[in-house]
Amino acid sequence: MEDVERAFRDAHGRAVATLVRLFGDIGLAEDAVQDAFVTAMDRWPRDGVPENPAGWIVTTARNRAVDVVRRNARGRELTREIAADQQRRASDPADDDQLRLIFTCCHPALRDEHQVALTLRLVAGLGLSELASAFLVSEETMAKRLVRAKYKIKAAQIPYRVPGDAELPGRLRAVLSVLYLVYNAGDESGQVHLRTEAVRLTRLLVRLMPAEPEIVGLLALMLLGEARRPARGDDGIGVLLKDQDRSLWDHALIDEGQTLVLSCLRRRQLGPFQLQAAIQALHCAAAKYEDTDWTAIVRFYDRLLKAMPTPVVGLNRAIAVAETQGPAAGLALLDGLTDELDGYHLLHAARGRMLNSLGRRTDAAEAFTRAAALARTEPARLFLQQQAESTRGPIG
Amino acid sequence: MNQYLLSVYDGGGSGPGTPEEMHAFMGRVIALEEEMDAAGVFVFGGALHSADAATVVRGGTGLDKVTTDGPFVEAKEHIGGFYVINADDLDAALVWAEKVVEAIDRDIEVRPFRATGRVQAGS
Repeated sequence: MEDVERAFRDAHGRAVATLVRLFGDIGLAEDAVQDAFVTAMDRWPRDGVPENPAGWIVTTARNRAVDVVRRNARGRELTREIAADQQRRASDPADDDQLRLIFTCCHPALRDEHQVALTLRLVAGLGLSELASAFLVSEETMAKRLVRAKYKIKAAQIPYRVPGDAELPGRLRAVLSVLYLVYNAGDESGQVHLRTEAVRLTRLLVRLMPAEPEIVGLLALMLLGEARRPARGDDGIGVLLKDQDRSLWDHALIDEGQTLVLSCLRRRQLGPFQLQAAIQALHCAAAKYEDTDWTAIVRFYDRLLKAMPTPVVGLNRAIAVAETQGPAAGLALLDGLTDELDGYHLLHAARGRMLNSLGRRTDAAEAFTRAAALARTEPARLFLQQQAESTRGPIG
Repeated sequence: MNQYLLSVYDGGGSGPGTPEEMHAFMGRVIALEEEMDAAGVFVFGGALHSADAATVVRGGTGLDKVTTDGPFVEAKEHIGGFYVINADDLDAALVWAEKVVEAIDRDIEVRPFRATGRVQAGS
């Protein structure tokens, strides 16, 4: 039964993508693929999973869609085109189809949350209930999101194609930020299937667009994050990098991530994701916390800040600077960020740690308390509350 | 071929001030519209008087009909002008929208037409 489920996941994106190309209609494509899955659910457990499950789903769904459209004149024309298309394409066109579908789902004319929902539904094949629980909304709300996004694609005629060279950098950035958003949503909430899907889709994208180093950078960034998760405690936030048992890290994933980072460094086209991955690779390269090459990390943060001048990058750079030049230097940098990041719990958490290192325990406890109040998840709030209490506690 | 409405919004900015700025502005708009024409994109376009010149008519029967001074919605930004263009798809329309934004330095909303022209019986 697990075979069937895995085959479904893999086949869904390919099948929907192929049918969208053939029929130009997302709704029809989804329905036909759904029907094919229902047929498979009935047959595969009885007759066994076919040799090429994805191909079987595509063929069955295509036949189903042909049946539906044959009922009108346009449909008869389409079926002729499809027959011709099958003869023309000797190679497997499913890859190109999936790539087009990803770019359609992540079109900047759709709002971010709609891009994420569509990508996970159409490309990754997540069900409505899975999507709703992943993003903490009702199934009704999630269904509305999908309907609105599909309506906009159809009404505004958002094209189904890979953008040309001129638009590609911007559009690819949109795709990558959707994938990273999915990964981070899975990271923050501890939902492993979201992280798995994010990694799977990014791997797919690496295979489809091997010439784009930022995709490789994103994959490396995810893998290096994933590798250290086992050491972060059950809730994923309870153990700071400094205190992690590094023997719990997944060294196979680290090896893969570091190999990818090295290939990026050799290409010398370092964009924001590659720079972030390089920083994580340096963290992973240290056998113990004290061995961390903070000087190199600060250098990468300098470059990252140039490529992506956001306050959050500034915050992470300040944390690294506190390690090379001391907590007072880090604190001075944080002071320059409080206007923009006053509502962000990690700014106050970092302040708390630096103040604590300077022996200003009352101020530190206050910062941790503020961080706890701003935390977005319950485990994070509890952890920061604990930090506040232990800082405030009696001097040992 | 699809058609899109490019609504140009006036944000209460001052617009071209000096005669030289006005001249340069007109030059950019004329060049843009010639480019649209050459590409077969331009369908119609126009600049509107300010929202202070707007009048609202509300439905009803007989005495219920109400005509008032207005814009329809009180807002900081109102439509100052628009283009109707032909484009294959949204990406093509967005390329033209960017050119318009560049030429006139105003924000734009791009909206697809569901239908254009006179309503035909049976359509």
